Amino acid sequence: MLSGRLVASLVSMAGRVCLSRGSAGAGTVGPVEAAIRAKLEQALSPEVLELRNESGGHAVPPGSETHFRVAVVSSRFEGLSPLQRHRLVHDALSEELAGPVHALAIQARTPAQWRENPQLDTSPPCLGGNKKTRGTP
Amino acid sequence: MRASGRRTWQPRAEASPQVVNRGSGVEGSGEQAGMSGSLGRAAAALLRWGRGAGGGGLRGPGVWAARSSSGGCSAEQLDALVKKDKVVVFLKGTPEQPQCGFSNAVVQILRLHGVRDYAAYNVLDDPELRQGIKDYSNWPTIPQVFLNGEFVGGCDILLQMHQNGDLVEELKKLGIRSILLDEKKDQDSK
Repeated sequence: MLSGRLVASLVSMAGRVCLSRGSAGAGTVGPVEAAIRAKLEQALSPEVLELRNESGGHAVPPGSETHFRVAVVSSRFEGLSPLQRHRLVHDALSEELAGPVHALAIQARTPAQWRENPQLDTSPPCLGGNKKTRGTP
Repeated sequence: MRASGRRTWQPRAEASPQVVNRGSGVEGSGEQAGMSGSLGRAAAALLRWGRGAGGGGLRGPGVWAARSSSGGCSAEQLDALVKKDKVVVFLKGTPEQPQCGFSNAVVQILRLHGVRDYAAYNVLDDPELRQGIKDYSNWPTIPQVFLNGEFVGGCDILLQMHQNGDLVEELKKLGIRSILLDEKKDQDSK
């Protein structure tokens, strides 16, 4: 369970990571984000799907769609290990992951698990990556 | 200087970028970690995302010198690599100087548990390895964690295992006692 203090530190950390800059400009949804959402909805029929473009917090150009965080709540995950759940998500997004998406943070929960903690986590701050090969996953 | 999530980490100059590191483990973890109260508090300490693997650039006797590049990443070679050590991680960067927040999270989790002896491979210095390990695991991203030769997952899964106690159990099966157990014992006895 997240304590109040932890939530506060997560929120301030999110501010430092500047997640709000991650979207493809002024709150619009870019094509990659739209594709991710559509494919996950088709593959997993989620009860809840929260998707955040976190590219703005990483060493990539503005407007990028390279780093995402997703929370998927689906009864399809019942009885599956975390690894199996993540593989289901990867399978649905194989094209994006072979293409523009460099990072995908996944929270894959059953409906009961989500009700216990209905929150999209925050990713750790970028540590720069390898700027020599910027743009390579 | 003990590592602390709130201080700026000053990385040491490294002997070589192509280093297979032994995680330097425990330094600084005691002040942050602790299962007292709940694993949530350990997760809170972890989530300050202290950078690097330890304080003051200490290197224990288990640290390897620079290794040559992987020299080919066939499935057989990678299979041997992930089975050579009980705990094997593929990172962007090194435990002393992670270059990715998610890779750093893996380093920090291992540090919290006092796992000192693990093999860490930096994919940023070896493009063949970077792609090869993704093909081998059928997993599209880095970091990747192997326990006892078996692929466990990335940063999200390791964090989940840390939070729900599974990591302590899996380490126990490998004969590695998490220091969080010792701290819990201390707390319980007070």
